[in-house]
Amino acid sequence: MIADGVEDEEKWLSAGIAGLQQNAFYMHRALDSNNLKDALKYSAQMLSELRTSRLSPHKYYELYMRAFDELRKLELFFKEETSRGCSIVELYELVQHAGNILPRLYLLCTVGSVYIKSKEAPAKDVLKDLVEMCRGIQHPLRGLFLRSYLSQVSRDKLPDIGSEYEGDADTVMDAVEFVLQNFTEMNKLWVRMQHQGPNREKEKREKERSELRDLVGKNLHVLSQIEGVDLEMYKKIVLPRVLEQVVNCKDELAQYYLMDCIIQVFPDEYHLQTLETLLNACPQLQPSVDVKTVLARLMERLSNYAASGAEVKAFAKLNNAIGKVIEAQDNMPIAGVVTLYASLLTFTLQVHPDRLDYIDQILGACVKKLSGKEKLDDRQATKQIVALLSAPLEKYKDIDTALKLSNYPRVMEYLNARTNKEMANVIIQNIMKNKTCISTAEKVDALFELIKGLIRDLDEDLHDELDEEDFKEEQNSVARLIQMLHSDDPEEMSKIIHTVRKHILTGGRQRLPFTVPPLIFSSLKLVRRLEGQDESVSGNDASTTPKKIFQIVTQIIESLSSIPVPELALGLYLQCAEAANDCDLEPVAYEFFTQAYILYEEEITDSKSQVTCIHLIIGTLQRMHVFGVENRDALTHKATGYSAKLLKKPDQCRAVYACSHLFWLDEHDRIRDGERVLLCLKRALRIANAVQQMANATRGSGGSVVLFIEILNKYLYFYEKGVSQITVESIQDLIELIRSEMNGENAPSDPAADAFLASTLRYIQFQKEKRWCSGGEI
Amino acid sequence: MNYIIGAFKPACNISVTFSDGKSRKQVALKKENGQTVMVPLFQSQETISGKISVEPVSGKKVEHNGIKVELLGQIEMYFDRGNFYDFTSLVRELDVPGEIYERKTFPFEFSTVEMPYETYNGVNVRLRYVLKVTISRGYAGSIVQYQDFVVRNYSPPPSINNSIKMEVGIEDCLHIEFEYNKSKYHLKDVIIGKIYFLLVRIKIKNMDLEIRRRESTGSGSNTHVETETLAKFELMDGAPVRGESIPIRLFLSPYELTPTYRNINNKFSVKYYLNLVLVDEEDRRYFKQQEITMYRLGETPEATL
Repeated sequence: MIADGVEDEEKWLSAGIAGLQQNAFYMHRALDSNNLKDALKYSAQMLSELRTSRLSPHKYYELYMRAFDELRKLELFFKEETSRGCSIVELYELVQHAGNILPRLYLLCTVGSVYIKSKEAPAKDVLKDLVEMCRGIQHPLRGLFLRSYLSQVSRDKLPDIGSEYEGDADTVMDAVEFVLQNFTEMNKLWVRMQHQGPNREKEKREKERSELRDLVGKNLHVLSQIEGVDLEMYKKIVLPRVLEQVVNCKDELAQYYLMDCIIQVFPDEYHLQTLETLLNACPQLQPSVDVKTVLARLMERLSNYAASGAEVKAFAKLNNAIGKVIEAQDNMPIAGVVTLYASLLTFTLQVHPDRLDYIDQILGACVKKLSGKEKLDDRQATKQIVALLSAPLEKYKDIDTALKLSNYPRVMEYLNARTNKEMANVIIQNIMKNKTCISTAEKVDALFELIKGLIRDLDEDLHDELDEEDFKEEQNSVARLIQMLHSDDPEEMSKIIHTVRKHILTGGRQRLPFTVPPLIFSSLKLVRRLEGQDESVSGNDASTTPKKIFQIVTQIIESLSSIPVPELALGLYLQCAEAANDCDLEPVAYEFFTQAYILYEEEITDSKSQVTCIHLIIGTLQRMHVFGVENRDALTHKATGYSAKLLKKPDQCRAVYACSHLFWLDEHDRIRDGERVLLCLKRALRIANAVQQMANATRGSGGSVVLFIEILNKYLYFYEKGVSQITVESIQDLIELIRSEMNGENAPSDPAADAFLASTLRYIQFQKEKRWCSGGEI
Repeated sequence: MNYIIGAFKPACNISVTFSDGKSRKQVALKKENGQTVMVPLFQSQETISGKISVEPVSGKKVEHNGIKVELLGQIEMYFDRGNFYDFTSLVRELDVPGEIYERKTFPFEFSTVEMPYETYNGVNVRLRYVLKVTISRGYAGSIVQYQDFVVRNYSPPPSINNSIKMEVGIEDCLHIEFEYNKSKYHLKDVIIGKIYFLLVRIKIKNMDLEIRRRESTGSGSNTHVETETLAKFELMDGAPVRGESIPIRLFLSPYELTPTYRNINNKFSVKYYLNLVLVDEEDRRYFKQQEITMYRLGETPEATL
């Protein structure tokens, strides 16, 4: 069906072109022989082809353009005729004898053009007559093209200021009046198109109408080109008249297009001076008109204008207009509302970056619109809200500014949990990107309130859908954020810590493992900072002392106990202990260790975890120097005890030889107990032996000698440290032992162990040579 | 052959010349045989004078019982062809019975002739003026020569010339108001007006203004009415909406119109009408006919636009 239609149209078009060409041929002959009568006859016949109703706008245009070219020749002929003495007035009458109206009016416009040029009558009279007579064409398509022809031939003949057609009788007012009238009539025809033809072709018609829009818009362009249309005239006549037509036509397509057209063709300065008039029209447009895009484009233009250095004071007007548009378009979706405000916000950020009050006002208006409604769940709307809220962040690159906006968090209230989270992420990313420092507790409080979507569960149902990866990523962001909170003032920093604590404790078991560690480290950083400061400074300030901070820290770590994540808590206690150590707070450090031990004993049951934890304990304890002998003994004793009680023998062995380090500290003379080092190592050897025997018993082959080699390395370490209990003999014995184990009948081949031993022996050789070179005693 | 031709040849040539023949305006007149000839133009109350010359063919004498010239105003109905009704008949005797040997010229004059009716060539009726010269002969039959002339009568512009304004329509379907600037137009006049659409519920395709001539002949049961459309002038293309106002400007000069003849000697009448026709998409015609009076304005230079 459709294909047929297209084919038919092609056929009709080529028939039309053929008819047109044929008559044009005879017309040319008449022109060549100066036969006016025949010229009129054939030109009228030629133009009759334009009377067709069968062509789509696109095809009709093709036909029109051909006729247009021919009419140019005819116009030239008319001009020659008048120079040959034919009266232009007579000619003007003569063409009106044509019986068919469309050819008659095309001819009339053509002669009219010559008439104006002849200046035998005031241009305005001829123009007025032409634009009036064109009313005879009520068919939209034909009317639009005819009037477009009129507009085309009259463009260079308007009595504009400075034009040769300007005179006493002709003023620019007449030019404007003429164009306005033609515009009005064209728009009426254009709007009417939608009602013609069957309903089922509505879509097609809208498309066709869309193709014709520039014919209508061209008039506005012509108006903008008239020199005499100065601001005054634009304000008093042009704009009100154009807007009147736009509003009254009540057509969605036309209103949208023409509003945009006005905005695009007239200068920014005019818009700025007539903003109220222009904006007043917006609420009067049809509810279906995409006003937000229109306004967005206006604001875009104005902000570009402002960027070029012009002073643009338009916020109040724009804000007011947007309010009215929203009020007028009762059923405007919330997404539209937010989009409008987002555009206004963009405008304001660009034009009035210093006016935070404006921005807050916009957000406030949003809140007002959102209030009393359910939380937003519309995808489009939430997207727009995110854009709205992101804009100030992007502009100021500083969350600080956003925190000053009282309505900012109130807008976020209306976001659903998912969007709230998304927005919170945006905020954090912004802080990260701009390395914003948030340095007061108050701001931190506000910030955490803002990003509460990440801090705690806002919506229980949501949790199930959440992807674990995403969750981790989010919480890692929060952790990073916590790290970024910093104040140089310890007092304030302490407050910040308190604030953060308050917020993160609401986060629940899922979040605490992510949020607690950074806060602890942040606190410990503060502790170390206090420690580094002058005693007098920190001493003066009673509220912020390391002790106090350790108290909070303890509480924070305790909060993990409900989850439970004992390994994490244990690690944190050890970190704290180390910090306390640095502050020379022995009781505190001891307490932390105690807590760690309790956790170890009570909570950590998995053997693998135990191994990890015991090594952590040993490592930390080794570095502690704050403890007195008694405390230290108690702790090391416990640690060695735990080591010996590990489940797997190799683990036992390794933990035990690690314990040897607890008795020998290079940097502390107090802790140099060679006996106990040796004891540890011997005990480790015994365990290694036991492992070997167990292997023989269970598998009938020797076990790995790696443990022995590892112990050998410890021997070497302490030997070099000067532990007198470690002798060369004992080392040699051990090497012998290892060798015999390796060469034994049942020894399995173990290349790794071979290599390990070889390296160790090479090291011994190297050390020997070094010592020999320096001439010492072996 | 010459003999035969000679036998039918009139014995003499008669020619009529008007005294102001060279300066008088000539107009075209369509004869019965379809040929167009140029003839002098007169109006009522003019004196028609001139000379009539009779010239015997090649020296033959013409014997006659008297020569006369008649001025006849005749109405001929086509259903009664050849039967003329003379509403004016004036006679001038030119010569007493006698013989003419050579070319002889007779002056004649009909002073201030009353010629109330205009020359008219219609569908069913013709009104003509003619000078008829008769050379009466006994046995050989009279020799008759006709000389046509045209009469046109001019009127001054009417003192009262109201516009025609009217609101018409079909209930809930179409309501229009139209206005023609005058009710009386001269033949080269321009009809200016507008049509205002008050209500449009039909899909109009176009709108024409027609000029129709209604020629009525005979009387009583013998009345014949013939209507011709002399002009069909498209005023509007496409469907208007409520509130549209469409201009009318129709130049009458291209059309062959006559003045309105109300009653020509109780024989016929010619009236003119403007017919406004709206055609809808189903080609239904809605029309309203209004009589206008046509008159002939004196031949002064006329204003155009």
